[in-house]
Amino acid sequence: MDARVQTRPAAVPIGLIPTPFQSRLEALSRAKSWVNWAGYISPAVLDTVEFEYFAIRNQATLYDISPMHKYRIRGTDAGAMLNRLVTRDVRKVHLGRVSYVLWCDEDGKLIDDGTLFRLGLDDWRLCCQEPMAGWLDDAAWGFDVTVTDESHTVAGLALQGPTSFAVLQAAGLGTARALKPFDIQEFEPGLQISRTGFTGDLGYELWTSWARACALWDRLWQAGAGQLRAIGFEAMNIARIEAGFIAARSDFQPANTAIRLGRGRSPIELGFSRMVDFAKGHFNGRRALLRDKPQYSLVRLDVGGFKPADGALIYHRRKKEVGHVTSGVWSPTAKRNIALAELRAPFGADVADDLWAEIYVNAEGTWERRLERVTVQTQPFFRNDRARATPPGLF
Amino acid sequence: MATHDSFDAIIAGAGHNGLTAACYLARAGLRVLVVEKNDWIGGAAVSRSLYEGWTYSNCSYVCSLLRREIVRDLDLPRFGLQVIPYEGGATFTKGGDYFAYYSDHDALRREIARHEPRDVDAYDRFSRTVIRQCRFIRPFLLRNAPDPTSLKARDLQELLFLVKRAHGLGARELAETMRFWTMSIGDFLDEHFHSPLIKAHLAGSGIIGTGLGVYSPGTAYVLLHHYMGDVDGAIGAWGFARGGMGAISKALGDCLTEAGGVIRTGAGVDRFLVKDGRVKGVALDNGDVFFAPVVASNMDVKRTFLEHTDRKHLPEDFLRGVERFKIRGSSAKLNIALDAMPSFPAAPEGAPFLKGDLHASTSLEELERAYDDWKEGRWSREPYFDMLIPSQIDPTMAPPGKHMMTVFVQYAPYDLEKSGVRSGSHWDDAARTALAECVFDKIEQAAPDIRSRVVHAEIRTPLDIEREVGLTEGNIFQGELTFDQLLFNRPVPGWANYATPVEGMFLVGSSAHPGGGVMAAPGANAAREILRRGAKRAARAA
Repeated sequence: MDARVQTRPAAVPIGLIPTPFQSRLEALSRAKSWVNWAGYISPAVLDTVEFEYFAIRNQATLYDISPMHKYRIRGTDAGAMLNRLVTRDVRKVHLGRVSYVLWCDEDGKLIDDGTLFRLGLDDWRLCCQEPMAGWLDDAAWGFDVTVTDESHTVAGLALQGPTSFAVLQAAGLGTARALKPFDIQEFEPGLQISRTGFTGDLGYELWTSWARACALWDRLWQAGAGQLRAIGFEAMNIARIEAGFIAARSDFQPANTAIRLGRGRSPIELGFSRMVDFAKGHFNGRRALLRDKPQYSLVRLDVGGFKPADGALIYHRRKKEVGHVTSGVWSPTAKRNIALAELRAPFGADVADDLWAEIYVNAEGTWERRLERVTVQTQPFFRNDRARATPPGLF
Repeated sequence: MATHDSFDAIIAGAGHNGLTAACYLARAGLRVLVVEKNDWIGGAAVSRSLYEGWTYSNCSYVCSLLRREIVRDLDLPRFGLQVIPYEGGATFTKGGDYFAYYSDHDALRREIARHEPRDVDAYDRFSRTVIRQCRFIRPFLLRNAPDPTSLKARDLQELLFLVKRAHGLGARELAETMRFWTMSIGDFLDEHFHSPLIKAHLAGSGIIGTGLGVYSPGTAYVLLHHYMGDVDGAIGAWGFARGGMGAISKALGDCLTEAGGVIRTGAGVDRFLVKDGRVKGVALDNGDVFFAPVVASNMDVKRTFLEHTDRKHLPEDFLRGVERFKIRGSSAKLNIALDAMPSFPAAPEGAPFLKGDLHASTSLEELERAYDDWKEGRWSREPYFDMLIPSQIDPTMAPPGKHMMTVFVQYAPYDLEKSGVRSGSHWDDAARTALAECVFDKIEQAAPDIRSRVVHAEIRTPLDIEREVGLTEGNIFQGELTFDQLLFNRPVPGWANYATPVEGMFLVGSSAHPGGGVMAAPGANAAREILRRGAKRAARAA
């Protein structure tokens, strides 16, 4: 070794790295189809998209959400700091509750969305897609808070589907029965369960340390006894579109990552007016949100025909291009062709009729162009009472 | 319940087609009454709890044909309908082997090669032909049958549609279509495959519900009829209705109620009231009478006109057509509650194909012999069965760890032979039990411990199906799906457009085009026809 180098720095790994569940996922993977999720190996499909999807809506599923970025925010000013950060009033988020939150840059454009867990009086966890340590550190300036990056120490598992509570019960976690939607509680030392998810169905998210992740997986897997299916991104993505949830980099471009000007969208443009609380006092982006008229609207569309409209351009009166589909899929549960689409104002909001999607279909080597009528929907495509029932049903 | 004694339309029978027609009519603004003889709705699409903790789909048991256009029109998922596909299937041999159908295409190729390497690409050609033919047929399902004997503008339009589609196929494919509509499934499979076991596995769809053998002409079409459905666009795929087939009827019933329709259960139609060639209403078997200018029967054509309509109102040639309409019982059903999953010793641990349709008929010859028994008035000594354990997928059907099993059995005659006499009345408890024992013997070929797992079994003979559901002879399709009684010949030549010789009276059940299965197409088509005629009448009146 060169005498001038005393100790060699620990080199970072190149390429995708495993989450704590990789050994379990690898063993189950028949499709050998992986995607990059924040640098981690994440399953696109483990067996078959179709059967993984139906397990979400019919049985119970496990999805590794460990690659989510997780930040712990503690301190006497934590609530105040978060209230400055996000558009909702977090003073309304009580101990043991979870809130879906959005936060903006000074132009009122969405930086990211995520779930905010209130674990203690002055103890919060924020879960999101994008890395946020620097932004949170900036936001913490002048507040008595500490921000800790838990992204690589806290593992997450989404247990979703109509029998998900039955699985928890079989795993000895029947006390989770009391959880209402958006509740979180520590049921065993080092194991938190929240009644949250990305599917719109009955479901839970379980949070534990990386070291204990595999033990948790095995415990649930055993309890599921063949009725539990591990799933990948593709099945989850169908379920989230049905539930009407937006995904970063599909339905909006995180404002801090978009290079081109004008790519940011405000929470109001994305359809979250109800989650912007102008009355609570100052928050980041408030002035811009009050000042700027929405230029776009993200809408839910029921698309004619049976061919998924992902990426389709939307036309008014079949001629004028007014927007595009950001997420489109055939909904196997609603039995509809559904999409989220971004339309230029005033389309989608004030002008909602005579809208058409231009869908290209590769019919065995021949491209066909189809114009399908689209209808703006106000409700999510998937709604089921079992998702909200407390105590939860067993199926 | 507040009821009107007169309605805009009355539907006799709350089967899935009757309910579908009622939904469309009610949504079009008509005041609709559905009357049903049973205390529950659904006809042959029901979920019944006959043993505490278990739910049986005790008639129809799988879903594929239900037209997606109708599901979407009526927004059935909003009323709780969830259709879940199942994967795979298998046929078990006597020697401890099996042929498995995997939904994973590569696994399927390997499995076919394990039995017969030449059949691997033969399978690709077979499925190409079948799906091509299905794609040809599917657009006709939600249209009136084209009638080449009529010169009415509308019939000519339908005919033109057919000619255009047929022309698009080209000469060779059209020849294939004609062959398909008329040939036997046995001949068709013999043309493609070498392995007797693979042929037997694929042949089942050609005979299910049909009083024909695998080498009887017309059975290739029956296979198409079973393949032309889809689950989420996967043509030929089958699934379960979550909560049993009754979930379909429940969704339709809720849809109808929301649209303002009225359902009355517990009293069926005794008589269709006809005066001067026009229908006036219905008289129920409990004495209630309801009036409407439109009355549609969801009962099969024989039951409607031979049992509940005074003959004097019907033209002789129509009656003859109804009388000769073939509607023969050929199948029985076992619905079984199991205290645990039966073991299938031949199958690998956790085999996905056990979640699909299971069989134990291993050659076309064996299937043909099973048919021979039926012709003689006996149930098959070695019956064909289509067996599924839906509780592996659907958690609502049985308590955790327990299972529900549905076994469709073929062949079982309606008019059982006894000392040289054939009669439905020969189906007594002894015969019913003997049939079940015969079926269990055959199931043991796949699952030797089956008998020890049974905690309850419902045995349904063709006679039971006729008595409970009202299907003549227990024929599940409301009439055989043979070319002589399909399209413009279904149910009676000249009366394929849901109308009948009695003005204002319509058929909405599977006796009408395009035929049986939980498809809802006859009901939707009939409603369209009723509304079209009503609109015409209204235009004339205006």
